[in-house]
Amino acid sequence: MNQNSTFSGADLELIDVRKEFPGFTALEDMDLKIPAGQFFALLGPSGCGKTTTLRLIAGLDEPTKGKILLGGKDITNTKPHERPINTVFQSYALFPHMSVLENVAFGLRQRKVADPLAKAADALKLVQLEHLSARRPQQLSGGQQQRVALARALVNRPSLLLLDEPLGALDLKLRREMQIELKAIQVEVGLTFLHVTHDQEEAMDMADTVAVMNKGRIEQMGAPEALYDRPKTAFVAKFLGQSNLFIGNVEDENANTISINVAGNKISVPKARAEKHKGKIAIGVRPEKAFFHEEEPKLGAGYNLIGPGEIIDIRFTGVSNQYLIDIPKIGEITVFAQNIGKSPVTQVGQKVWVSWKVEHSFGLSDLPEKTTGA
Amino acid sequence: MAFGAFAHSTSDIKHKNASQKTGKIAWILLAPGLAYLALFFLAPLFSLIAVSLGSIEAVSLANQGFRYGFNIQNFAQLGTDYLPHVIRSFSYALIATAAALLISYPLAYFIGVKLRGRPLLQRMLVTLVIAPFFISFLLRTLAWSQIFSNESWIVHELQTLGLLAPDQYIIGTPFAVVFGLTYNFIPFMTLPLYTTLEKLDIRYLEAGADLYASPRKVFTKVTLPLSMPGVISGTLLTFIPMAGDYVNASKNFLGSAHTQMLGNVIESKYISEHNMPIASALSVALMAVILIIVGVYVKRTGSEDLL
Repeated sequence: MNQNSTFSGADLELIDVRKEFPGFTALEDMDLKIPAGQFFALLGPSGCGKTTTLRLIAGLDEPTKGKILLGGKDITNTKPHERPINTVFQSYALFPHMSVLENVAFGLRQRKVADPLAKAADALKLVQLEHLSARRPQQLSGGQQQRVALARALVNRPSLLLLDEPLGALDLKLRREMQIELKAIQVEVGLTFLHVTHDQEEAMDMADTVAVMNKGRIEQMGAPEALYDRPKTAFVAKFLGQSNLFIGNVEDENANTISINVAGNKISVPKARAEKHKGKIAIGVRPEKAFFHEEEPKLGAGYNLIGPGEIIDIRFTGVSNQYLIDIPKIGEITVFAQNIGKSPVTQVGQKVWVSWKVEHSFGLSDLPEKTTGA
Repeated sequence: MAFGAFAHSTSDIKHKNASQKTGKIAWILLAPGLAYLALFFLAPLFSLIAVSLGSIEAVSLANQGFRYGFNIQNFAQLGTDYLPHVIRSFSYALIATAAALLISYPLAYFIGVKLRGRPLLQRMLVTLVIAPFFISFLLRTLAWSQIFSNESWIVHELQTLGLLAPDQYIIGTPFAVVFGLTYNFIPFMTLPLYTTLEKLDIRYLEAGADLYASPRKVFTKVTLPLSMPGVISGTLLTFIPMAGDYVNASKNFLGSAHTQMLGNVIESKYISEHNMPIASALSVALMAVILIIVGVYVKRTGSEDLL
């Protein structure tokens, strides 16, 4: 690698990559392209294959089939130490027998880069830990170790930086701080970041593109806003944020919308926001886009209205109240109302109707296992 | 395993300060152990040192006694008459320790790292490593002296192949002695290495590979430094008894007059010649030299840096 070349990432491409372990398939024929300089997040529950994907890209495991290209070059059969890729491990994996400074200088020494200690010291400055360079990793706090791990990877100026749940071990407050810092560093250095996480807020907060993984496959991929606004499968609708889902047969159709009948209630979705237009489909809405009314409201065609139901639980979460509403024959629906001083005041047992704008509905390509709720 | 405890002895020192505060109860609990050590370790040690400074005195023609004194002369012989034995003791022990390390490390690595996730196989192989202990050390060494004997098939074949001259044999050579030492002490090397390598976190090795280190560099820069506690305890557990060993080098087993180690001299001084002062002086000197070597070794390998 040319050290004098401008500090920038390379694009990564996975073509038809499959990984089988004895007894199960961890990754099913994955195709993925990450443009250079992007902050890309792989989001999914544990066991979905996201860490396997990362290990294949890092070269720590070999794919059963398929190709991995970095900057257009096939790296499928190269050893991990030959790949211009660095990883921030979930456990950080800082060498306990070396000082913080030596940890950071390790990669530079291996590549015989001139003046490794000075460059390592600079990298520690970037993460504001230069004062701890003589310490051992085990003498640092979790957040400090995380930043050393980041410096140790970044100092090598890899074409691609892999982050394996790097914030998972930190407490919530520190995690939010590190998210901001990590994003700032990524923007500053312009590297391609591939971030693996099960924390949907973390993924949406930092990434330019989020890919939601489930059972070894990518379910949906896109900008965080787009993914949140229009999930295409029940899994995405429920994993990325919360959703109320309704299942019914398409019974009514006009130029722009289709409607399903759920226990006598008509629920509509714009055609452009629905994956399927015929048969039995699921329509969803985000809890914060729904409202409840203590008296049956008079609403136009632009609204979906269901009810009456009964509030069965109210949970105070600080910025908002979460209302759980039971609607006979439909099930439980979640509605968030912000605590902005004029929040609907009500109590458990109150009879309510729930409404939302038709344009806030989304139609899924598959059916959920359970109908409503988060 | 008990062998692993040896590796962590340096870190235990830190806890001493805390135990001092617990006062009386600690002393009461320690008393039996301290009494045992005083009676069976300190007393014989001082007795040995006292005898080592004495001089011989004929009691009868067949028997020799000794008189206590301050005869430093006993120790001077170590650097003159017995210098070849001293050199042999430590060089054989050093070579055999190195050989045992070279054989044991890959073995321990294979059982402890490569077979991870197959605990049954691991336990079976560890059992095999210690299986030789079920047969007496003397018997096993005698068996080797049979295998290597001048009339044996191995010697005959090696002579036929021209690897040994027609008048050359294996028994009685330094090779046979070093071979015997290596063979007999391999389990003491393998077990502490295994207990360390079994706990080795593979993620450090992956991090090394991720940071551009070739497999060889990962071994020298990560695996080996992280397994140093095992290497240190393994080498100490083999080197110390090897340096004082008198069975392998004995004429009755694998050695000859030309392979006598300090242990053989001490044995003959005590048992055949009844020269207690010289035998004791040699014993004390052997202990002192081992202590110095081990002290320097532990200091140099910087065990305080180890986890």
